[in-house]
Amino acid sequence: MKFSIYRYNPETDDKPHMQDVELELKAGDVMLLDALLRLKEQDDTLTLRKSCREGVCGSDAMNINGKNGLACVTKLSSLAEPIVLRPLPGLPVIRDLVVDMTQFFEHYNSIKPYLVNNDPVPETERLQSPEDRAKLDGLYECILCGACTTACPSFWWNPDKFVGPAGLLQAYRFLSDSRDQATEERLENLEDPYRLYRCHNIMNCVDVCPKGLNPSLAIANIKDMKIKGVKKPNFIEIKVAGS
Amino acid sequence: MLNHIFSSGYSGLRGWLLQRATALIMALYSLLLLSLVLMHPPVNAETWQALFAPLWMRLATMLFLFSLYLHAWLGVRDILKDYVQAPKIRAALQATVLLALIAYSLWTVNILWGISS
Repeated sequence: MKFSIYRYNPETDDKPHMQDVELELKAGDVMLLDALLRLKEQDDTLTLRKSCREGVCGSDAMNINGKNGLACVTKLSSLAEPIVLRPLPGLPVIRDLVVDMTQFFEHYNSIKPYLVNNDPVPETERLQSPEDRAKLDGLYECILCGACTTACPSFWWNPDKFVGPAGLLQAYRFLSDSRDQATEERLENLEDPYRLYRCHNIMNCVDVCPKGLNPSLAIANIKDMKIKGVKKPNFIEIKVAGS
Repeated sequence: MLNHIFSSGYSGLRGWLLQRATALIMALYSLLLLSLVLMHPPVNAETWQALFAPLWMRLATMLFLFSLYLHAWLGVRDILKDYVQAPKIRAALQATVLLALIAYSLWTVNILWGISS
C-alpha cells in the first residue's frame, strides 16, 4: 500500500516535505491507524498522536486524502492510493502529523464548557426530565478532535477570533442544558462580529465530523436564540438561611 | 444608527439581521417589479418612465437600491474582514467601497427624482 506522508521536524528540517512510503499490510490491518503504527515500526521518527484507537479520544485527527478525519475509524479499504496524510490544516505543526491545539482549546475554554448553576448543590444530583436530557443529543457526543474547526475556512482566516464549529457546538450544548443558568451571559459572550458571526454556513464541519454531528445546525440555533432572546424558565433562587 | 453599523465595534447580531432584512426587501421589490413589468410590459422609453412615475414606485425603488447598497456593504465588509488581514489595506479598501456606495446612493436619488412625471 502506497502512502505519501507530510514530514516535518523543526529541529532538522528547514521546511516540510512529503515522503513516499510503501507498506505491506498484514492480517488485521483494517484501519488507517493500524497502517500508521506499522509505518512507525519501519521508521520510528514518524510522529503522530493516538490513544484509544476507537474514535473516542479524538487524538489521531488528521487530513486524510484531503479530508479531515480520525485515522482509527477510517477504513484502509475506503481510501484511494497513494494515501496522502497531512496534519490538520490551519494549526501550527509541532512535528509530522502532530499539531499545536492550544488555539483550539483556548476557544473551547472561552465558551465556559461547564454548567453554571448558582443554586445550592443538591444532595444527590441535578435532575433533568427525559425530554430535557434529549435536547443534549447530537451535542454531548463531541470528542474535541478538532477535525471540524480545522476544516473551516472562517477559522483559517480568523483563528484567533472565530470560536469555530467545535467550540460553538459546545456553546450550544450548554445553552440548551436545562440545568444551566447562564443563558444570557453565554449569548452575550458570542455577540461580537467575530466569535459567532464569522460562520457563513460553509458546512465543511458537518462534512468531516467523525461522530456525524452537525455544528452548522447548532450555530443556526444559537443565532435563533439570539434573535428570539430565548430564555429558559427562570429558576427561583433559593437562599440558604444564614448565607 | 449608521455609526453603529459602520464602526468596528458593531454588534454581530445587528449586521447579521440587517443582511437578512435587506435581502427580504430586495426579494419583495423584485417580485413587485417583475409582476408590474409582466402585467404592463413597457415597450418604449415613455412607458418605462411611466412605470417609475408614481411617488410610491420611486420610494420603493429607492428603498430597494439602498437595501442593495447596505447588503453589498455588509457582504463586502465580511469578505475584506476574512481575506484582507493588513489593517491599513483593509481600511483603505473598506473606505473605497463605502465611498462608492455613498456615490451610488446620491446617484440613485438623482436618477429617481430626475424622472419627469
